[in-house]
Amino acid sequence: MADQTQMDPARLAASQPVANVTDWRRIISGFTLVMLAAIVLFLLDAPWDSVSTFRISRPRDTWAVGNLVVPSQLINTLAAIILAFLGTRLFLRGGGRWTGLSLGVGLIILAMAFLVWATAGKAISLTGMLQATVVRAVPIALAALGGILCERVAVINIAIEGMLLAGAFAGALFGSLMGGWAGIICAMLTGGVFGLLLAVLVITYRVDQIIAGVVINLFVLGLTSYVSSQVFAEFRWLNKATPFRAFKIPVLGDIPLIGPVLFNQNLFVYGALIMVTLSTYYLFYTRMGLRARAVGEHPRAADTLGIDVIKTRYAHVIAAGMVAGFGGAWFTLGSVGRFDENMTFGRGFIGLAAMIFGRWHPLGALAAALVFGFADSLQQKLSILNTPIPSEFLSMAPYIATIVVVAGLVGRARPPAAIGKAYTKD
Amino acid sequence: MTRSSDTHGSPRNDGNQHNGSSHDGGNAVDSLRALLAPTIDTRGNLREIILIPLAAVFMALLIGALIMMATSVEPHIILRSFVAMADGSVGSLNAISETLTASIPLVLAGLGIGLAFRAGLFNIGAEGQMVVGGLMAAVVSFSVTGLPMALHLPLVLVSGLLVGGLYAAIAGFLRAATGAHEVISTIMLNLISIRLLDYLLRQPFIQKEGRSDPISKAVLETAELPRLLSFIDPNLRLHFGLFLMLGAVILIYWLLYRSKLGFAFRISGENPDAARYAGIRAGLTIVIAMAIAGGLAGLAGAAQVTGVLGRATPGFTAGIGFDAIAVALLGRSHPVGILLAGVLFGALEAGGRQMQVDAGVSIDMISIIQALIIIFVAAPLLVKRIMPFLFADRPKEDADHG
Repeated sequence: MADQTQMDPARLAASQPVANVTDWRRIISGFTLVMLAAIVLFLLDAPWDSVSTFRISRPRDTWAVGNLVVPSQLINTLAAIILAFLGTRLFLRGGGRWTGLSLGVGLIILAMAFLVWATAGKAISLTGMLQATVVRAVPIALAALGGILCERVAVINIAIEGMLLAGAFAGALFGSLMGGWAGIICAMLTGGVFGLLLAVLVITYRVDQIIAGVVINLFVLGLTSYVSSQVFAEFRWLNKATPFRAFKIPVLGDIPLIGPVLFNQNLFVYGALIMVTLSTYYLFYTRMGLRARAVGEHPRAADTLGIDVIKTRYAHVIAAGMVAGFGGAWFTLGSVGRFDENMTFGRGFIGLAAMIFGRWHPLGALAAALVFGFADSLQQKLSILNTPIPSEFLSMAPYIATIVVVAGLVGRARPPAAIGKAYTKD
Repeated sequence: MTRSSDTHGSPRNDGNQHNGSSHDGGNAVDSLRALLAPTIDTRGNLREIILIPLAAVFMALLIGALIMMATSVEPHIILRSFVAMADGSVGSLNAISETLTASIPLVLAGLGIGLAFRAGLFNIGAEGQMVVGGLMAAVVSFSVTGLPMALHLPLVLVSGLLVGGLYAAIAGFLRAATGAHEVISTIMLNLISIRLLDYLLRQPFIQKEGRSDPISKAVLETAELPRLLSFIDPNLRLHFGLFLMLGAVILIYWLLYRSKLGFAFRISGENPDAARYAGIRAGLTIVIAMAIAGGLAGLAGAAQVTGVLGRATPGFTAGIGFDAIAVALLGRSHPVGILLAGVLFGALEAGGRQMQVDAGVSIDMISIIQALIIIFVAAPLLVKRIMPFLFADRPKEDADHG
């Protein structure tokens, strides 16, 4: 134990802050996992002879694949055993990097067990579910990406929720006036304008970053609700855009499972995947990205090396606003083409959670967003499967999972060092 | 120590990750400190403290008018809507009663948020804490029968307070024990509370008999907060919560500036390292500060249910918990400032309702004006730049931007 402690700098430092951080995190995570094992074993039980059927292809697909059929109770008993093992292990000797890993694996196993239990004796389309997962992950991933671009240059972006909402609004309005593509461009521009506003407030006028963010959220919510009840209610045609339909990429779209999930989606899914890839490349493999991260970690040092801190921050905050604006357009142009008051409903905040969850890395954030998207689509499918669990509890599950994961993981995630601080050249 | 020297003077040790992360939780609020620290301290500032909010309100109303014009509201309607706003907030006894009624939950919840700010915590969860507190108050108010009012009403209020406090303490505990940022956990607790409310309102022991929609039974008469002005006109809604609000302002003032616990809050908020050296138990301080903040929000929810609404319904908090954040920011986390800010927001709320009725302008205009007021108050440099003539006797400030 002793040399293990020394090997792991994270554990060494963990004893310094408030209380004994690692211990609590480990205990909470371990307890959660053991509880989950009990839940899977006792609540999610099915008759031994029942099977769960997952459909993968539709009969008319080019390369059709057979259904996936699994014995329900056997799978769930195994799941409970694994969960109990992981939890007990955390209690007895875990900690360090095992906490996060066990928790992540545990939650995935739980979701799987739940799905198997809910479909026991029935059939469900696995492909359809994963397709919905990706679709619902899009706004969360884009919100998280907007958050990352800001926070990597040390600007906290609570305003991401407002930027999403502004994008949704602009997408519906300009999409109705000038068509879908113009709608997307205007949504991005609107997001960019609010990014600029945030930048002016926090960089030039040094307003506290959280306050500025909260205020922009309030302002956007007020403005969009005002226009929607004052103008849209009367002139319906202003709020009736044609949404983008899914289009299949030839050949790739015909691959079983992966094809429909990744290559037969609408513009927003492709856009989000491209943006995540590009920003990963930009932040970690280009000179510009390195400079941006330097501004976030140590602006004074960056300034000394001739990087324009103020300009870098402005550029990134505006870019973040544009990404969030694009994500916002998903709500209108990516689904039904109509704007409703407060239709983003906290997705921006969940995006921020995904950002932390994904450790300020675009790929990590995308993975986290997929988890939230999965929870979303699971909830949707389960209401069709008619499970005895009240739908309110199902919709709570991802939020509870977020709390558990943030409590279990967050100590290991480290935001850029200069986060939240205004920069003055003196 | 100034902020910039704090940032740049001591580069962070990369190997020291965990130590870093414990501060990073606080970093979100690090900068809040800088804003919240300057209270009414120097005589030179007094002019600004009065002028900036006034200028902020004026500019917010002006921009509000511009937005109305942009959405093709005719000028005479704009004029009428401002008259209605004044009329509905201070124009009559009923208007004043409405203003104060609307400000009660805002001030109560705002005090909690302000207290948490002082302790270096950002409680976005007031909305959720109001939901659980208000719901608990509703449940106690109709399921406990046969008590006299002198016992029943306090029981109802205290149960709302306790449940709100416990709900917030979850976030406080997670922050203290694991470092999970309270912003994330309170947002999640908000979302959870909304679903919990929807679910519980359909349960047989809460749902009103014979109804299929989610609505609770009515609050018993012995648990209603008495109306204060019913001797003049029974329709005046101002209720006993007014005294709860004033009492809370005094109590929180005393707590923050005259008590040992309040000192612990403020020092933990302003300098966590100093707090640690002073032997203040940081974890416990966080949990207690969150619990008190949540308790005040829970009380706000309870007061709303027993004083105004008479029952719990889905979304009965109506975003008051979020508006209270704005109130705390505007009041600079000072109990007296929060009281004034809460009454201002209450006036805007009451005036906005009148505006919607009289001029047909959507009440959402009020949220725009509220947001603008906070922007301008939070950015004094911006106000000085737009209205330099108000601050003409301080040329140095202007020169900074010239």
